[in-house]
Amino acid sequence: MTATKLTMAQALNTALRDAMTADESVVVFGEDVGPLGGVFRVTDGLTETFGEQRCFDTPLAESGIAGLAIGMAMNGFRPVIEMQFDAFAYPAFEQITSHLAKMANRTRGRVRLPVVVRVPYAGGIGGVEHHCDSSEAYYAHTPGLTVVAPATNADAYGLLRAAIEHPDPVIFLEPKRHYFTREEVDTATPVPPIGQAVVRREGRDATLVAYGPSVPVALAAAELAATEGRDLGVVDLRSIVPFDEETVLAQVRRTGRAVVVAEAQGFASVASEIAARIGERCFHHLEAPVRRVTGFDIPYPPPKLERHHLPSPDRILDAVDALQWDET
Amino acid sequence: MTEDRLEADLAAMWRIRAFEEKLQALHKSGELIGSVHLCIGQEAAPVGACTELVDGDALFATYRGHGWALAKGTPTRELFAELLGRATGVNGGRGGSAYFSAPEYGFYGENSIVGAGASHAVGAALAGKHDGSGRIAMAVFGDGAMNQGAVGEAMNFAAAFDLPVLFVCENNRYSELTPINDMVRNDQLTERATALGIPATRIDGNDPARVRSTVAGYAAEARNGGGPAFVELITQRLVGHYIGDVQQYRTRAELEADGLVEPLAVATSALAGSGVDTDAIEGRARAEIEAAAEQALADPFADPDTAKEHLYA
Repeated sequence: MTATKLTMAQALNTALRDAMTADESVVVFGEDVGPLGGVFRVTDGLTETFGEQRCFDTPLAESGIAGLAIGMAMNGFRPVIEMQFDAFAYPAFEQITSHLAKMANRTRGRVRLPVVVRVPYAGGIGGVEHHCDSSEAYYAHTPGLTVVAPATNADAYGLLRAAIEHPDPVIFLEPKRHYFTREEVDTATPVPPIGQAVVRREGRDATLVAYGPSVPVALAAAELAATEGRDLGVVDLRSIVPFDEETVLAQVRRTGRAVVVAEAQGFASVASEIAARIGERCFHHLEAPVRRVTGFDIPYPPPKLERHHLPSPDRILDAVDALQWDET
Repeated sequence: MTEDRLEADLAAMWRIRAFEEKLQALHKSGELIGSVHLCIGQEAAPVGACTELVDGDALFATYRGHGWALAKGTPTRELFAELLGRATGVNGGRGGSAYFSAPEYGFYGENSIVGAGASHAVGAALAGKHDGSGRIAMAVFGDGAMNQGAVGEAMNFAAAFDLPVLFVCENNRYSELTPINDMVRNDQLTERATALGIPATRIDGNDPARVRSTVAGYAAEARNGGGPAFVELITQRLVGHYIGDVQQYRTRAELEADGLVEPLAVATSALAGSGVDTDAIEGRARAEIEAAAEQALADPFADPDTAKEHLYA
């Protein structure tokens, strides 16, 4: 039996476990990830199973953690590091953008760094400012970083396996509000290649483009729209970088209308880049300008206000309504 | 100290000095462009320290790292080619003066972000502990890097994990353009290390033999599981922070005094009357460097069509 119901945290834990079993060079470290198993339990039991050389705690020093991973990767290891919370990764930003991202290109491939930076990512848990950030734009803007954001537990498993096997650095954004959501996961399913989007729902009238935690919201919006007679498709990017333009553009060309959904603030965002690409490449197929439904351009709000900030099915449907429908 | 050893050290120091002076000339003629940081005056540190590293060890330097790369065995022609933007450089001409690496020679790279390489060295040492290779790592940085959080983090990591990392601080008294002593309350930089439980020594960094023996002692301890160590080398830059820095912040008297204690002057004086022909040592170094530069200048430039290679698998 390889198919079983797992929470996303368990799916990620299983992926780490299977990767560590398959490849001795995989090591896991970060703050509180050792015997305790991490604040979200993603590394639960790994130290016990694999020993403290393979999964260990570090000082509270994110920059040092990322730098350590670089030095280990230069010498044959495949580190998987945890940043505990999205904004906690910012002290490591210098190491990630100036060194991790650039080494392979700068050395013409002589020094490659197979490091996975796991980031418990985005909001929806009633957290606070530094615990709920959507940080993907910073990474996606940096050449040399592959950026992955799973939306389902099956993808959490498969994409983490793919990220660990990847020869270059991967920023792995885990939608933390789904850590304890239970879904069917079949670990025998072939690992999906990084860089391939998936059509989660076919639809004739308009295409919703989303990734990570926004995918279930887009699917909920599509369900609601169906009850109102509108047939919306949903594309789950799975990888932000590389961006699977082909899949997105094929869907939008068929429907002629698109809404991009993301939690991050909208200005200069990944959602903006996707909207621009659609505008540039499918202009003559479009019936209406591409709309974006994103977080507002504010610091992440406190718990009592976050529901206003996060894209909701209602906000998505308002955007869909604005796509210049012919009322005849 | 034997005269043979000093003669070899002077030759090694002259190779670095000649390399750096050739870069000055190439910069003046417009062949070399961009930000270039020379180590003229600081040659004793790499020449003394690098002989204590063996195959498999990992050296991480700063943007003032040409001397360390040369002392570690990086070929002069490939190094010139790299700095001159040639496709034949150690990184195909894409790294340049402050960024290149050549791990095939144990030179794991310069770093243009002050202090950023220290934690890479800690990672290399941890890898050595886990893979059983017995590797030790050396992280070289300047006095200015002592005020970077990244160096503090790296030193504590190495201390907490008992890792074989030698932290080598080249104290040339200037943090880029500002005196280090204006930027600290306690000028005993070694006390930062001892506060973390890391043994530390401050020595004359202009004496390659002294550098060697000190590094040798700590390296032996590190290889035997003794953990990290910190060496502060007191030295001086005879040139600006970068080519073009006119050093308004230094007096003529100070520069003249530095010229009397700089390592090539000291070694040359020490060999006076020994029968060693120090002029010939200089001449051989300059001839090697001239030939390497000439070869590199004839090589093709990096191809812009390759700019997007090695970004995504």
